[in-house]
Parts: sequence; structure tokens; C-alpha cells
Amino acid sequence: MNFNVELLEKLVSVYGPSGDESLISATIRQEIGGYVDEVTTDALGNLIARKKGDGKKIMVSAHMDQIGFIVTDIDKEGFLRFGNIGGISPDISLSQRVIFKNGTVGAIFSEPLDKPSERKLENMYIDIGAKDREEAEKMVSVGDMCIYYSPFSHNENVVFTPYLDDRVGCFVAIEALKRITTTENDIYFVFSVQEEVGLRGAKTAAYGIEPDFGIAVDVTAHGDTPKAKRFAIGLHKGAAIKVKDNSIITHPSVRNSLIDIAKAKGIAYQLEVLEFGGTDSGAIHVTKTGVPSGVISIPTRYVHSTVEMASKEDIESSISLLEGYLSKKL
Amino acid sequence: METKELLEILSNGNGVSGFEFNLKNEVINVFDRYADSVQVDKLGNIIAHKRGSGDGSVKILMAAHMDEIGFMVKDIDKKGFIHFTNIGGIDPRTILAQEVVIHGREEVPGVIGSKPPHLQDESEQEKSIKMEDMIIDTGYEKKDLDQLVSIGDSITVGRKMVSLLNSRVAGKAMDDRAGLAALFEAMKELQNINHYPDIYFVATIQEEVTMAGALTATYGINPDIGIAVDVGFGRTPELNSSNSIEMGKGPGITLGGNIHPGLRKRLVSVANDYNIPIQTDVRPGPTGTDARAMQITREGIPALVLSIPLRYMHTSVEVLDLKDVSHTAKLLAFFSASIKENEMEGLLCF
Amino acid sequence: MLLKELTEASGVSGNEKEVRDLIKSTLEGYVDHMKTDGIGNLIVYKKGSKPGGRKLMIAAHMDEVGLIVKDVDSSGLLKFMPVGGIDKRVLVSKAVKVGQQKLPGVIGAKPIHLQKRNEWSKVLDMDDLYIDIGASSKEEAEKQVSIGDYVAFDTPYMEMGNGTIKAKALDDRVGCSILIDLLKSDIDAEIYGAFTVMEEVGLVGAGPAAYQIKPDMAIVLEGTLCYEIEDLDSHEMPTLMGQGPAISLIDRTTVYDRSLRENVVRIAEENSIPYQYRKTSMGGNDSGKIHITGTGCATTGISVPTRYIHSPLSLISKSDYHNTFKLVEAIVKEFEKGAI
Repeated sequence: MNFNVELLEKLVSVYGPSGDESLISATIRQEIGGYVDEVTTDALGNLIARKKGDGKKIMVSAHMDQIGFIVTDIDKEGFLRFGNIGGISPDISLSQRVIFKNGTVGAIFSEPLDKPSERKLENMYIDIGAKDREEAEKMVSVGDMCIYYSPFSHNENVVFTPYLDDRVGCFVAIEALKRITTTENDIYFVFSVQEEVGLRGAKTAAYGIEPDFGIAVDVTAHGDTPKAKRFAIGLHKGAAIKVKDNSIITHPSVRNSLIDIAKAKGIAYQLEVLEFGGTDSGAIHVTKTGVPSGVISIPTRYVHSTVEMASKEDIESSISLLEGYLSKKL
Repeated sequence: METKELLEILSNGNGVSGFEFNLKNEVINVFDRYADSVQVDKLGNIIAHKRGSGDGSVKILMAAHMDEIGFMVKDIDKKGFIHFTNIGGIDPRTILAQEVVIHGREEVPGVIGSKPPHLQDESEQEKSIKMEDMIIDTGYEKKDLDQLVSIGDSITVGRKMVSLLNSRVAGKAMDDRAGLAALFEAMKELQNINHYPDIYFVATIQEEVTMAGALTATYGINPDIGIAVDVGFGRTPELNSSNSIEMGKGPGITLGGNIHPGLRKRLVSVANDYNIPIQTDVRPGPTGTDARAMQITREGIPALVLSIPLRYMHTSVEVLDLKDVSHTAKLLAFFSASIKENEMEGLLCF
Repeated sequence: MLLKELTEASGVSGNEKEVRDLIKSTLEGYVDHMKTDGIGNLIVYKKGSKPGGRKLMIAAHMDEVGLIVKDVDSSGLLKFMPVGGIDKRVLVSKAVKVGQQKLPGVIGAKPIHLQKRNEWSKVLDMDDLYIDIGASSKEEAEKQVSIGDYVAFDTPYMEMGNGTIKAKALDDRVGCSILIDLLKSDIDAEIYGAFTVMEEVGLVGAGPAAYQIKPDMAIVLEGTLCYEIEDLDSHEMPTLMGQGPAISLIDRTTVYDRSLRENVVRIAEENSIPYQYRKTSMGGNDSGKIHITGTGCATTGISVPTRYIHSPLSLISKSDYHNTFKLVEAIVKEFEKGAI
């Protein structure tokens, strides 16, 4: 297995919180340039790359945007107050480093509390080490967004880093895109925006494309760590084929196709029944007159933390499964 | 076919949200009898079209949702017990000691087991059990069960319809198989009534989870009027008169923001003209029915909601009065017939 | 002032007719086209001297939060449900108008004298409250009101303090008023105005309105959160009265387009219009549906800071009103020029 760890490391490190995906969009565009027939962006910033073909229209969606923080106030002493972009946990963000688009680095901490359980984003702040408001305003502005700043690590089995959600999905889509040689289907690879705040980019992208089938590629949770809530998905057991989450019950024809392809090609897979959360397919499947849709999920531990962890084998299985689905005449 | 017979087939049939295809044949057979055409769309909505006397430009969409609440296999543990999650809103207190059917490679019967009282202390019995702490026991060992059942298989409650006194029946999935029965009865009534508009009778999918069916069917048909036929809270002594509707006294006609006032006025006057009993059901803002999806699709579709009174909603013993199904069906039929050529603009005027 | 008539009209979510009719008659002769759609949105079109360009949509919602009668009890008192988000603690001991006939009523509850001391700290549930219209029996009440009648707060418009306006429903009649002022002015621009319904109960009207218009860009006008009692920290005050229009950064339904937002700030500065940022990320508005309708568009939220929204009364400053109007006017002119 030739795991392109350099590409994955590059993808997870590019700045791109929901609503400001221009840098990651440019990075992905450069990476896929020679492999597709057309590349466009739409009004919200979705990056849409088309590999033309004669058959059915398939929309593959992996989201480019990341969770993060938005500065809403700079106080007299130069401390930054913020709101969340997507699902941010106060406990996980405590004592994390963050980085702004212009490279300014800060630390998240909280006001002293009697009970740790009282911690919420409203009593936390970002410290960029400015001496006062005036100095802080030279470094950042109200409305600026920052993301977690933490290193990428990997070993033989796993990668762990911030933002596997969903840069690993983008990675899977890019690797599959590069490997596909057939033109059985007309494939739109959508690197979507604003998934983390409500599947917003996928909604408008799907409206414009009007695909026959939709496949989202995203991370899913895990049930294989100490005292974890019961959930059948675990690392090193294969690509997860989603049955349901809170945004969709996947279409049986797409789901069964994925299962059949996995079996036929000897790709390790597991079935996923998620009791919360959503993915771009949640938006795609209710577009116009309906789009039968499914999801290929990469099992990931510690989602929305700075140590999101996935198995290299599972990522590779996901690439093979996506490639298999897209190459098959639908 | 009599309403009761039809309702029995529909209630006993299975079709959890996302798995409505299990009920497809029953519904198509029923719709086929009186429609000009029946189609199944991409996501699985079943759409029956009945032409009116006009040119097809005025369209009424009537929808009842095909899906029922149920469960899904989440995991199978080493001992062969099935861990499950809910599909749609289920109160975990209503499912202890319930029989179920798992729809795997075969239909596998199971039970949601409960701890015997002998092994519990008094205080334990005062606490309700969370779904994540319950299991389904099929009597199989894991290695045999794995051949029959997979993660992601749907599970329905094991309940056959029960006939009670008067014209009342109890069963699972009356929400919203009762609505489907009303649609079918309306279709039957309309065989003998002249109606100008074309009517699309739709059995929608996934109302209980995402309303994917209503959103996409409405977009495809783009009707002038959208009507959701669903169920409402049937009165029992502990419920307020303001939160519930009486059994046997006709469908609840919703009043509130989701409902077009001009259409509602016409519906009420048709009910009065034909002596069909109706009740008022106040719901401010979007309702929890397919009409919510209809109202915000495309340019916005003027909508109505009719609710068949149903006791014990979202349990396996939902009780309804067959008379209310007939009242609802007649009202749908006569309302459609009341829409004449060239009157849509006036009717929809605010 | 038009704002007086607009705020005193009854238009609880789902029952916007009186407000819509008032807006229609006010705009008669000032716009080229007016249409009420199938769910009650009022869509107006002003073509300007160069129609056919990129489409600019400006939206304000007609509806206000209020109550709806759900039952008449055995003694002729009315039981009710909220329509839209209302803190139940603001309801007791207020005056209201019931139904189309605007029958006066009061929201009553048990007198203090008859309550135990320890009851005073318990919040009254909406089911413990009732509206009294003075009926002496259930039959008499049922002759005057019907189940499903909408109930609006009875708060007369008043000017007070330093250029302050007190009224109900400033959220979002202030937005409607600014849009009307713009459409009636002699600005030369092509504008699609949307006076939407049922924003307060789920942004219901906005999506269908945007679907009809298919805008390239939208401005959403609102009356927004303003709360500034003394002992709050600067970051806990969402907007400040008198500091000018509040420009949205983010809320629960939209991450506002960054480059459009930066342009709006530039326009404010170039025209010397005071402005502030809406600091909280809580709340949502019609932009939430407009920006993701069809193939999507950029939106900007411009709001008049409004103290005490979602209660029987609210306050705005006249200077904020005028500065908000000036900013919107300047944005429209820049759009027409092709500068944004």
C-alpha cells in the first residue's frame, strides 16, 4: 500500500474554516488540475471538478471546511472573545493553540470557575499575547476566524491530527479521482463548503448539478476505545458503509451497490448505524425530485478534537471502495 | 375492499422509515385499483395520478406517509443479543417486554427482554430504562444469528391489528397507515364524482425522520394545493381539550401558520355543506407533518392538514375510529370536487 | 411616522394580513410590480432606469411574536399558546388585543396577596396564565372570540427619552419601514423587495421568496438583539444603542459572506456612517434560507439595535434608524455601480 501521507499532511494543515475556504480550495485545485476536464466554483465557494463521462451523473462530496472560532470582541486588555464555527467542545478547546489566516497564533483558556462543568464558550477567551486592545487590533480584527493549530503525527497503523474531518474525505476523493481511468459515469467531485455549520454548500452544489446519485465521503465515530458508548464501528476493520445518521437513511440501491463492490473486490468494510450527526448526503438526497445517495465513512476516533485518529488501512479501503463505485456502470 | 380490511393489511404490513419498499406492493395494489397511473419515484414515494375533467393544469397533491417508526440493528454482541436504536420518535417506556420482528435475510422474531421483578430492588422499578440498555433476544447464538441478520436491518414491532368495540381498532403504524386508508377511500369516492383538478395521491417516505419524501414529491409535482393527511392526538381524560381531538367526531382541521386561510375556509364550508363532522386543531407555525415540507418547496405551496384522531400515538396500540377515516375520505373527495375551473386565484387570495 | 402605523398593526406569525395590506397601500404608485405569493409573502419590484442587471433582493419580515387562543375555559377566560419565541416571564400583567376585532384583554394570574411568599420565586407557566376579556361566562366569551384567534401585545407607539422610540414589534417592522422608505425614495436602482411571512416560527417565507426572485445578492434588514445593562462585559453585549447599524458576522443560520461584509464596512466608512458589529453568534434570520436557495448567493445582515425584542415592548434610537437607512441606500448605490 502506497499511502500518500505527504498529501494528507498537506491537506489537513491548510487554513479553511466554514465560510473562508479559499486557501484550501486553491490547494485542492492545484492537486487535481491535470486529472479532470473542468473545474468551477459556485456562489458559496464550492469547488466542483468534473470528470466527463457518458453515463449517469454522480456527485461525490467531501467537505473542505473546518470547525473553528470567530472573533466577536477584542477587550481593553487585548483578549479575544469568540463564537464557535461548527461543533466546538469547551473542554476540548481548553488550552489548545489556534492560528489565524495571517499566521497569528493564540492560546484558548477560560475564566476561573468553581466547577469545571460550568465551562462554556462564553467564559473562555483567546490570548494572543497582545499588551492591549490597540496592539491586538494590529494582529487580528473582529470577524477574523481561527482554527486549531496542532501537529500531524503518524505511524505504521494510524494518522492522528486535527481536521481529518473532513480533509481525509477530500484525500480519499482526490486519490480516487487520480486512479479512475474509465468514463462509465459523468462524475462531479465536489469539495464542498460550510458542511460543519449545516450542510450548506452541498445543498446549493447539488441543486446546480442535479445528479442521478450522490456519495458523501466523511468521517464517522468509533466504538472501540475504553468504555466507549456501544457502536459497531472500529479502526482497522474497513471502510464504513453508512446505513443511517440523523440527516439520512441511505438509499438501499446505493448502499447495496457499495456492499456488493466491497465483497467482489475483497475490500474490508463495516456497516454503520450512527445515532447522531449528518453529512453532505443529508442535503444532496432531498434536492429537487430526489437523489438516491449513500455515504462512505472513514472510521475516526476523537472527532472534533486535535487528535482525530484513523487507520491507514481503512483510508486505503475507502479509496478503493469509492474508486470501485465510480468506475462501475450505474 | 372494506376500509377495515385494507387498514389491517396496511397496519400489519411493515415499512420502517428508509425501508418503505417492504410495503410497496401492498400500496401499489391498492392505488392501482382506482388511479389512472401509479409510479414509484427515485426515493420511493408512490404516486397515483387521477385525471380531472380539466386540462391538468390545476393540481392537488394529497399525501399520507407510508413509513412507520421502528428500530434498527445497531450491533450484535458476543452472546447474540441485538442492540438497537430507534427510527423516528419512540418513548422507551412503551417498548419493554415487546415482541418485534427483525427484517434481515429472513423475518426473525425477537423480544425486548426485561429483568424479572425478583432480581430488582424496589427503587429500580421506579426508574425508566434507556433504550441503549435494552436488548432484543432472538433465541439464536451469535454465529447463527450472523447468517440471518446484519447491522442496519430494520425492526418492526410485532403487533397484529386488534378489533375493539364500536368501530374502533388498535394496531401499530396507524400513524400514518390510517391516512393512507383515507386516501384510498377518497380515491374510491371520486370514481363517482366529477372533479376539475388533477389529483396526485402520494404515499410519502421518511416523514418520521427527514421528510425527504414530501420535499421531493412536492417539488416534482409542483401542485397548486398540498394536503397532508396525518393523525392527531385523540382525546383521553388526562389530555387538555385544547391539545387533543375527540374520537369519532371527524378529522381535526389544522388552524395556524402552516395552513392557507382561504383553502381552510373552503374546506370548512364543504364539510358543513355535506354534514361531515370536523374539529379544530390549533397549531401555530410549521406543523410536524408533510405539509411543513410542502409549504416551503419551490415558490411555496398553499397547504392544508387533516388529522385523524388517534389515541396513544407512537405506541404499538394506536387506537382510531374507522368512522373518522370515512369522514376524512369524504371531505377530501368533496373538497377536490368543489374546486372549479378559474377559481384558484380567488381562492388563494390573501 | 409610518413606523407608528406599522408597529401598531397586528401581524403575529401566520396572520400578517393587516401589515401586508398597510405596506401594499403605502407602496402603491412607488413600485412597478407587487404580488402576494401562495403563502403570504409580499414581493415587490422597482425597476429603476436600467433594469435587467444582477438581481438585488432586500428582505424584511412582516411578522411579530405573539399568542394564539387555544381554548375558552368554563369561566370565559382564554387559554393561549405562544407563537414564536417568548420568555414566559414577560407575559403576566400585560394588555393585549385579541382577534381581528382587536378586542382588549389582559393577561392575568393569581394576585400576590393570595400567594405564599415562597411561590414568588417560581416562574408562572403559560398554562397558569389566562387572557381576560371581561366575559362573565364561557358562552359570552365564545360569542366574541374563536379558538385560533391571534393575540398581539397592546403597546402604543411613543417617542421618549433622547430620540428614542418605544413600540411593539420593532423586530422587524423597523426593517419593513426602512425598506419602504428606500422604495419610496428617488433612488435609481432595480430592487426586488421581499416582505416575508413567518420568520419568527422558522424562517418559513424566506426560502420561497428567494426561490421566486433568484437573487445574485441579498440584504436582510432586521431589528436585532441589544442588551447593555451596566455590569456586563463588552463581549456580552450583542449591540449598543446609538452606535449605528449592526453588521452581522455570523449567526446560527448564516456565516455571512466575508468579502461582502468587508465591502459594507468600507461603504460605511467612505460615507461616514457610524456602524458596529453584531457581536453575538446567537439567533438567526431570513438570510439563513435565502443564501442557500437554488444555487446560493452572498448575503449581508444589517440590523437596527433593538432593546428588549420578543417582549411586549422594544426600544430603538432614531439616529440608528436613520444611519441604517443611509447605509442600506449607500450599499444599493454601490451595487448598481457594479462596485460590489
